[in-house]
Amino acid sequence: MKTRLPIAICFIFGIFTLLQYFSKHPTLTAMYAEILDWMQIIFVFTLLVGVITIFKIHSGKISRKESNWPYSILTVLGIVVMAGLGFGYGTDYGSPFLWIFQNIQVPMQSTMFALLAFFVASAAYRGFRFRNKEAAVLLITAIIVMLGRVPLGHQISDLIPQTAEWIIDNPSTAAKRGILIGIGLGSITTALRVILGIERSYLGGRS
Amino acid sequence: MSIETLIAAVLTLAIFSFLYKENPFYRAAEHLLVGVSVGYYLVILVEETIWSKVARPLAYDQNWIVIIPAVLGLMMFLRLSRNRAYLTRIPLALLIGAGAGVSIPAMLWARVLKQMSASMLPLYTVSGMIVLVGVITTIIYFYFSREQEGWFGYLAKTGTYFLMVFFGATFGYTVMSRVTLLIGRMEFLLTDFLGVVG
Repeated sequence: MKTRLPIAICFIFGIFTLLQYFSKHPTLTAMYAEILDWMQIIFVFTLLVGVITIFKIHSGKISRKESNWPYSILTVLGIVVMAGLGFGYGTDYGSPFLWIFQNIQVPMQSTMFALLAFFVASAAYRGFRFRNKEAAVLLITAIIVMLGRVPLGHQISDLIPQTAEWIIDNPSTAAKRGILIGIGLGSITTALRVILGIERSYLGGRS
Repeated sequence: MSIETLIAAVLTLAIFSFLYKENPFYRAAEHLLVGVSVGYYLVILVEETIWSKVARPLAYDQNWIVIIPAVLGLMMFLRLSRNRAYLTRIPLALLIGAGAGVSIPAMLWARVLKQMSASMLPLYTVSGMIVLVGVITTIIYFYFSREQEGWFGYLAKTGTYFLMVFFGATFGYTVMSRVTLLIGRMEFLLTDFLGVVG
């Protein structure tokens, strides 16, 4: 019962959503739209489980006074304040919720991503070596694309941005398409295995 | 200088302080970011889905069918229980099964057929031929059911060069996007906060 019922549910909903694609019957289309809404609702609840888990972990750290517990106060405070302001005063323009989002969350998020520029540069310095022909191709392509995106590239030669564009539109796109086709075929195979109950890893280790 | 600029600048500097080494300012900013982001998404998710797709249809339209996904969603909280966690397999099975069914035609159309037709269209140009050769050799590189030797190995090797071009271009793009963000933050610090530029 612990495994058969979920496998049966997975099969029924999987087969229905798959076969519905080939039908334009209004009842089936309405049922399909309803199932898509159900998926969205269940998915949001799964995310809420994650939110509760984060809250539990950090509040537990505070109550047990584990190492670095004062930092957890900031996490808990962030969750509580944002949730309180969002549910209490709304999320419209000019609300305190949006003020925190614009003046605390957005600057910190973009700074976090900007920080990665240093680590990417450092990784490139250590990793980009002219070891073999493949590495040379990678290195030269990266340099051309980077130069093609900045005014310096234009100043050296107009050929650099043009070459960068050509690389992105042709050989790079070709490899990207090859990867996407591979991903697509792999995803279809995995989805069929899931629907037919061959792939059961979503049930967890114990059955 | 406004209070908004001061707060944003202090938090920006706290995160940049990580470039020296990990320190309490960075860790405080990091934990605050996690908390604020979780709180933000909590409010948005509840407003956009639970309120608009569950509470409102129940309260105003008497659409009782939404009770089913709501109960299934609430069952997800049993994940927090030691003895009843297995019951979360039921909503997960629906989510994964329906997701798999939805994804098959979508993947076949967007990731396979559409990509294949786009690769074969302008064959009368050199660039079009390069794209077709690139797509085929890249797929051959990922075909592991046969030993990559002889002419097959040669094609697979050609595929690796296309892959290297793709990785190089993607790397260059990523670096430039991160540098753009860095320039934006530096501009904010130097212009809005310190007022030494512009």
